[in-house]
Amino acid sequence: MKKNQNVVIKGTKEGLILHLCDTCSYDDLKKELDERLTENSFLHNDSHPILVKVHSGNRYLTEAQKDELRDLIRSRKNLLVEAFESNVMTREEAARLKAENEIVSVARIIRSGQVLEVPGDLLLVGDVNPGGKVMAGGNIFIMGALKGIAHAGVNGDSAAIISASVMKPTQLRINDCITRAPDEGFPEHEKRGMECAYIDEDNRIVIDRLQVLMHLRPNLTRLEGGF
Amino acid sequence: MGEAIVVTSGKGGVGKTTSSANIGTALALKDKRVCLVDTDIGLRNLDVVMGLENRIIYDLVDVVTGRCKIHQALVKDKRFDNHLYLLPAAQASDKTAVTPEQMKALIDELKQEFDYIIIDCPAGIEQGFKNAVAGADRALVVTTPEVSAVRDADRIIGLLEKEEHIAPPRLIINRIRNHLMKNGDMLDVDEITTHLSIELIGIVVDDDEVIKSTTHGEPIALNPNSKASIAYRNIARRILGESVPLQPLDDEYKGVFSRLKKFFGGK
Ligand SMILES: Nc1ncnc2c1ncn2[C@@H]1O[C@H](COP(=O)(O)OP(=O)(O)O)[C@@H](O)[C@H]1O
Ligand SMILES: [Mg+2]
Repeated sequence: MKKNQNVVIKGTKEGLILHLCDTCSYDDLKKELDERLTENSFLHNDSHPILVKVHSGNRYLTEAQKDELRDLIRSRKNLLVEAFESNVMTREEAARLKAENEIVSVARIIRSGQVLEVPGDLLLVGDVNPGGKVMAGGNIFIMGALKGIAHAGVNGDSAAIISASVMKPTQLRINDCITRAPDEGFPEHEKRGMECAYIDEDNRIVIDRLQVLMHLRPNLTRLEGGF
Repeated sequence: MGEAIVVTSGKGGVGKTTSSANIGTALALKDKRVCLVDTDIGLRNLDVVMGLENRIIYDLVDVVTGRCKIHQALVKDKRFDNHLYLLPAAQASDKTAVTPEQMKALIDELKQEFDYIIIDCPAGIEQGFKNAVAGADRALVVTTPEVSAVRDADRIIGLLEKEEHIAPPRLIINRIRNHLMKNGDMLDVDEITTHLSIELIGIVVDDDEVIKSTTHGEPIALNPNSKASIAYRNIARRILGESVPLQPLDDEYKGVFSRLKKFFGGK
């Protein structure tokens, strides 16, 4: 009876998965999605919200199309789109993703008035002088003295860390957390060696020995398979 | 073909003009043909320090705008035979009267005739700074052992490092006072050089003779006995490529200077 199915609905423990065909036209897809959701009105009897994942296979959905589908699904009052998944992304998205996951190394001194910003992690071989600033979408590793400002996780990554061989910043920022140098100056931890700064459970930036990171931020290890 | 050296600092009053006058004088004493160029348009005073104010007829702006030829504006310093000249800044114009392109053309022309062109830069990082560095091949950054001066020097070094035609800048620390440094009440030489991490070319003590000599329009470098004079002469020798070890200022201060030797490696 039914024509070839462009929308397949699957139920899981977590909610629903909508598999959208990636070869039909977008308009057909939308129309069919609307029909299928209406047909399966039994879904709507449940009063608490059901989470929906949308898989679009090899189809690229623009933001506008996603909004449209999201609205369509939400119009069935207890359905809530949790995520869109797709096998494809645009060249720009891929480039951005690559940049955000890259470590950029820079060998120079960031002097007063200078700002260095990278999308991913920053490895600075040199100092950040007072009045200078480094910013990174990810972590910041400074193999020299940090005496200016460092801002890690600028796009909202609270797990980002800042480390420096000499940690004497005027200010540290991670995501939207800010801490400044104590007015009496930083306590000397000569024996501690390299130090790091991270956001703790109380949502405050703390400075500690570098070695605490392996427990606190296991994701810093990107080596696959171990050694 | 000569070499143009800009003397700069960011902060005012740290000794750019004093250094320009004395390095120029010391180079002339070494038989080099030197032209001092005052680019502090509107606030000229290199002529006063050199005691040449009353001989000024034309100035830098006159040259650049074609009101006179370069040699008409150059003021000859009679104390040095034919070796030292000054191109004074205009007093009645402001810094926008000259463009960096015009300055570069002017300095290039002077380099045909002189061994060294010493360019005295105004304070700040705007147009006056851009004009002063436009024609320079090298840069000397002057600072005093004060946090604010060092901070501004850092800013200036950052800007100089972006100018591809200029060799890595070298540092002069001016007006050091031994007792303050020893007590830790003033940044010490080591702290400053570590912070700025550029090559140190000289240290000049705070010396009352400098102020006295300015009053008489006689650069201190002419007086062979003062500490500041020796320091400026040594800077001139280092510019000429001689390797001159840093002089201990007094015996108690040796510690710092032995540590400093490392900053005077090759070059
Ligand atoms: N080494 C020194 N010892 C004592 N006074 C100095 C020394 N260097 C500079 N001065 C004084 O400091 C003041 C500012 O120096 P100046 O060369 O005019 O600075 P700038 O050109 O950077 O504004 C002047 O009065 C000068 O005589
Ligand atoms: Mg001056």
